[in-house]
Amino acid sequence: MKILVCISKTPDTTAKIAFTDNNTKFAPDGVQWIINPYDEWYALVRAIELKEKDASTAIHLVTVGAADAEPIIRKALALGGDEAIRVNADSHDSFYIASQIAEVAKQGGYDLVFTGKETIDYNGSSIGGMVAELLDLPYVSLATKFELNGITATITREIEGGEEVCEVSLPVAVSCQKGMAEARIPNMRGIMAARTKPLKVVEPVAVDALTSVVSFELPPAKAGVKLVSPDTPEELVRLLHEEAKVI
Amino acid sequence: MSVLIFIDQSEGHIKKSSLEALTYGAELAAQLGTSAEAIVLGEVKDDLAALGKQGVKKIHQVNNSALNHLDAQVYTKAIAEAVAATGAKVVVFSHNISGKAIAPRLSAKLKAAMVAGAVGLPNTSNGFVVKKNVFSGKAFANLSLNTDIKIISLNPNSFHITNGDGVAEVAPLSVTVDAPKVKVTAVNKVTGEVPLSEAELVVSAGRGLKGPENWGMIEEMAHLLHAATACSRAVADAGWRPHHEHVGQTGLAIAPNLYIAIGISGAIQHLAGVNRSKVIVVINKDPEAPFFKAADYGIVGDAFEVVPKMNAAIKKLKGIA
Ligand SMILES: Cc1cc2nc3c(=O)[nH]c(=O)nc-3n(C[C@H](O)[C@H](O)[C@H](O)COP(=O)(O)OP(=O)(O)OC[C@H]3O[C@@H](n4cnc5c(N)ncnc54)[C@H](O)[C@@H]3O)c2cc1C
Repeated sequence: MKILVCISKTPDTTAKIAFTDNNTKFAPDGVQWIINPYDEWYALVRAIELKEKDASTAIHLVTVGAADAEPIIRKALALGGDEAIRVNADSHDSFYIASQIAEVAKQGGYDLVFTGKETIDYNGSSIGGMVAELLDLPYVSLATKFELNGITATITREIEGGEEVCEVSLPVAVSCQKGMAEARIPNMRGIMAARTKPLKVVEPVAVDALTSVVSFELPPAKAGVKLVSPDTPEELVRLLHEEAKVI
Repeated sequence: MSVLIFIDQSEGHIKKSSLEALTYGAELAAQLGTSAEAIVLGEVKDDLAALGKQGVKKIHQVNNSALNHLDAQVYTKAIAEAVAATGAKVVVFSHNISGKAIAPRLSAKLKAAMVAGAVGLPNTSNGFVVKKNVFSGKAFANLSLNTDIKIISLNPNSFHITNGDGVAEVAPLSVTVDAPKVKVTAVNKVTGEVPLSEAELVVSAGRGLKGPENWGMIEEMAHLLHAATACSRAVADAGWRPHHEHVGQTGLAIAPNLYIAIGISGAIQHLAGVNRSKVIVVINKDPEAPFFKAADYGIVGDAFEVVPKMNAAIKKLKGIA
């Protein structure tokens, strides 16, 4: 069993979001970078759990990014991947990244491709589906549970107002979210081992991005809160009905 | 040159998020001076012609039971053929659960530029630029779509639904329908509740409620308002409420018309999932709670006193004795 886990580097959840260069670039000053939480907590940890059940499983990690992505991929290796591949490219757009990952996946011949359900910076929820299409694989998105029985995967996925259980034969691409696994923290042994695990750097294949960012903007500031006395909650209900007109 | 809108169905019923996509697609078609058509896959129980109310002229239906459940691979192939058959230049999805599975596949298949999570109509004065949500609701990006065919996946609850008096022509469409590889073996729906992702009103509570036994008044408020219930991560992690109610950066991101937060501190990760709500109401006994900075209305007070009084006032408003 070979599993490819896609790892993205994102700003920490508490990072201040600001832009430079005439609002065309994210301002990275003072920002802590983390593994995208969905990639780490759900995709990677579930892959590790599968390996704990079946020691013959190999987990490969892939990231598309410049050399500054290496601390993130080392941290992921410390959690439990076997080896990592960094495609040496600045990210352009989802299609560009997905094309690079698909190329790595073709070379490696994986039974499973795991992604997080989305990144917390771009919020595209796109890479998994694009990779699946480029590899012509079935795709189960927003998975909350994943069980393997031989070459049949039983996957629970979210639907509006509930969940759906489905079966699919490997190979398959899956996007992972809460429920798949519980977050772990790397231990000392993992951190030591990660230093010597292979981290291969490959050059990108030539692909044109399909989109480009023209500018970023911050949401307009709130006007300020209108406070109602705790003695008259009925006044709040009246305001919601007559002024805000939402109830 | 038309705009093609994907209509999403579940158990034969059209999802509300599709009505937003239809309205959006029809207004986009008007903006581009072209016509709006739609495609629906699988067997449908609702009246498709009535979707003309949202401004779409023609609906292509692939009435095949093999398409009743989502298999993104099979859907994508069928939709790609429909794009070719209709000559569509823009394809519109809702950025809902199905849209997130299909739209990126279609983008890769057609090498068509995609914007995931659009929050408004494109600006076509210079190219084709669409505003989308980034950094989990903390910012927007204006994204230029640089290919001939373009795909827009519209964030749920970001666009109004029009109700005109149009009637759509419904015509069968013949496309390749592969046997699904993803076989759905069970569907578990939480019945009788408003699905959180589609809810217009949401009543949410946090650790300030002290324990799961105190959720009665929250559920009552949600029931009275026909709202969905949500919770903070701390509450879901403690097992007080089911995980699917967890909103925030690592839970569901929502944008209802009204979000009532009771006993939630308003941590940055929580706000990330709810700050696109149109009106935010905060009830918290701590005047320094960060949530008040993101709120439109608030009460500094004890939830156990305030919420029952609000419920009584809502009952009075709704004429419920
Ligand atoms: C990487 C990461 C991701 C995260 N993702 C999320 C996420 O997606 N969603 C999320 O919600 N959190 C998330 N968190 C957690 C977040 O930081 C907070 O810890 C969490 O939101 C706190 O939940 P809470 O507001 O319910 O609890 P608390 O922070 O404990 O707040 C309880 C509030 O209730 C008030 N209160 C107490 N008693 C009463 C009363 N009787 N009446 C009225 N008010 C009362 C208190 O004043 C306080 O403000 C994340 C954290 C990290 C590190």
